[in-house]
Amino acid sequence: MTQSTQSRSESGLILPSYRRDEGSHPPLDFAGYGSTALRHPKQPLQLLPQYLTEVTGPLLGHDRVGETDHDLTVQHDGEPLGERIVVSGRVLDSGGKPVPNTLVELWQANASGRYRHSGDRHPAPLDPNFSGVGRCMTDGDGNYRFVTIKPGAYPWRNHDNAWRPAHLHFSLFGQAFTQRLITQMYFPGDPLFGQDPIFNSVRDPKARERMISRFDLETTVPEWALGYRFDIVLRGTEASVFEDEEEDDD
Amino acid sequence: MAAESLETTPSQTVGPFYALPDGLLWPDGPDLVPEGTAGAVPLHGRVLDGNGDPVPDAVLEIWQADAEGRFDHPNDPRPGTSGGFRGFGRCGTDPEGRFRFRTVKPGPLPTPDGATEAPHIDVTVLARGLLNRVVTRVYFPDEEQANATDPVLGAVDEDRRSTLIAVADQDGLRFDIRLQGPGETVFFAL
Repeated sequence: MTQSTQSRSESGLILPSYRRDEGSHPPLDFAGYGSTALRHPKQPLQLLPQYLTEVTGPLLGHDRVGETDHDLTVQHDGEPLGERIVVSGRVLDSGGKPVPNTLVELWQANASGRYRHSGDRHPAPLDPNFSGVGRCMTDGDGNYRFVTIKPGAYPWRNHDNAWRPAHLHFSLFGQAFTQRLITQMYFPGDPLFGQDPIFNSVRDPKARERMISRFDLETTVPEWALGYRFDIVLRGTEASVFEDEEEDDD
Repeated sequence: MAAESLETTPSQTVGPFYALPDGLLWPDGPDLVPEGTAGAVPLHGRVLDGNGDPVPDAVLEIWQADAEGRFDHPNDPRPGTSGGFRGFGRCGTDPEGRFRFRTVKPGPLPTPDGATEAPHIDVTVLARGLLNRVVTRVYFPDEEQANATDPVLGAVDEDRRSTLIAVADQDGLRFDIRLQGPGETVFFAL
């Protein structure tokens, strides 16, 4: 064993270590997004070592996913209104390895920008044929695929004339507690990016771009649906120079 | 060959609408063990903001070892890992900011450097207004001795340690989470 992907104990306990990635994420305190004001911890976060609880995680499986859960357009008797889209991509870790057989959850507003939720007061129509909830598992290569409709933008009261850009919420687990991620997927060229504090809370412009999907002709279904690609990267284990040799040692 | 290096996708808020019908909140989400399980512990509490007001639109996720201190997971290399214990729970808060799980107390855990962790549960808090999840831990009030030598608790300022230890009450174990302000819960960076 050379170095650093793993640490060994006297008792022989060897655990992987997941790379830190704080450079990607927004700060918990972001003045532009009003709801952070009373909800961000003011005390510094304490560094948690990556022990057993942190390097393991729920491996939620196929029993959580129904046959039509990946297709939000077939969950009701009729078809939902709006622009049909296919959203597909890969879930990878920061080492470039696919994350296979992991649960991906998606939720979103309908084409008119309204969620099927009692708390949504936006006076836009609900669609009886759209719930806005999807689930799928990545395959052995980390691929996922959803069929849905493009969500509408909607107003919220964060600031004067505030509108959320169209977005899909994504939930991912990866393989370990350290890898848990909730994010939002945006659409290319959205005119609302400039005024949205949730999107802009991610301070690094390159990191913001990683939340924008890419229109992809290959992903379209001819005469039926437009296609977008959205790859999602979770934290990976620390790579060491000698990783290949270490793997050989196993 | 050097491994490819990719930057991670940024976190965003879960928003208030994670609670869509049939969405993130599964019917069995808060129950890690079936009703009537021997040793089952109700773990309940409230999520409060910097004014001490309830946070009605949070979702909590917990992750823990089983009663023997085992994880059914390939990253737990010890022999005899537990079969079937889900170890994962998810619960939304109600209008008063309350949550409730039914679980069992996990066993103690070894660390790679030879220490022993006291029984604990890892907690993720997601909510509108949280641009990234925050993470904390629940420790158990009847484990005074194990808590005293726990390497994670031991690194926390003594006057804040109590924010990580549940309190026994008539309904089970209470663990209140204060996102900000007096008695702010200790949160961790992973």
